[in-house]
Amino acid sequence: MTAPPEPQPQIHWFLLGMRGIFSLPAIILMLSFVGFAAFTAEAKIPVDQVMFMTGMVWALPAKVILVGSMLSGAHIATAFLAVTLSSVRMMPMVAALIPEIRTSRTPTWLLLIISHFVAITAWVFAMEKVRDVPRGGRVAFFAGFGVTLTLTNIVLVGLVYGAVSEFPPIVSGCLFFLTPVYFLTSIWISARHRVIYWALGIGLALGYVFAVVAPEYDILLTGVIGGTAAWWGERALRRREAAR
Amino acid sequence: MSFGGLWPYIYIAVAGWLATDLWRWAGVIAGNRIDERSEVLNWVRAVATALVAAVIAKLIFFPTGTLEASPLWLRLGAVVFGGLCFFFGGRFRQIAGIAAAIAFLAAGLALLGV
Repeated sequence: MTAPPEPQPQIHWFLLGMRGIFSLPAIILMLSFVGFAAFTAEAKIPVDQVMFMTGMVWALPAKVILVGSMLSGAHIATAFLAVTLSSVRMMPMVAALIPEIRTSRTPTWLLLIISHFVAITAWVFAMEKVRDVPRGGRVAFFAGFGVTLTLTNIVLVGLVYGAVSEFPPIVSGCLFFLTPVYFLTSIWISARHRVIYWALGIGLALGYVFAVVAPEYDILLTGVIGGTAAWWGERALRRREAAR
Repeated sequence: MSFGGLWPYIYIAVAGWLATDLWRWAGVIAGNRIDERSEVLNWVRAVATALVAAVIAKLIFFPTGTLEASPLWLRLGAVVFGGLCFFFGGRFRQIAGIAAAIAFLAAGLALLGV
């Protein structure tokens, strides 16, 4: 007879999450932030404001839109609208993550705080890794990863700003391309439901179509229409298989 | 706009932070009500994945910066070549797939003299 394993303290899972800073996704995101620092340096946005928005907004696409609004002198309400439209995707991403990491005793205020650290990279990483962490340690694991990743990138942006005003074109092109390629491989590896493959395929195709016909709302339309189609189609097939 | 004084910080806080975190909080409220084994969660997963897929498609089909001037066939070729190495890459398929795609792209850019 073996005794049940002693549960690890929360700090253990937090530290394990922190160690994720040395993972492939974290390194790829840091490279993207080096590119972002070069972009803002070229746009002459003061470095303290760039560091401030890195911590406050965190999601990279939202920041690129925010910088664009600042440069064009857009009204604060116009900027709010543009950024908020790009950030609607945070809602289903967070909503899909929360049931995976919370326990029945996790306080909502804690989830509200750690939700700030959700962006595509942290989301993909967490959806892939939390299955290996016992449920009680998942919130601490995600917090350790998310907080470390955010703080590291704030410091990184401050350090490289100005130092990397211009890359050779091949380097900046390859840095840019790392992100989509990494997302593709990660989503494929972390998928545990058939519906994920369907949503990925339909989303890629519809993403192109809507970017051409409705570029302002393409991400949102693709998510809702493509995601619903993938879910509906996969469910129909699942039911037919069950009936057989 | 001018980048002096307190205004840029207020601008970033309202149009950046609030505009983004509102949706994260909405996600927590929604996610808290979803049962882990429910069909609703399946739908939410599909929508979230399709959203990320749309971002990926946009980065590949309509890149900004240097790649804006690169031909589409080169970018698609890089993804397909990376995909092949990914599916036949065995244990190291993620690294193999990513490295192959980037190497293909870099070689193409060099040959085209971008």
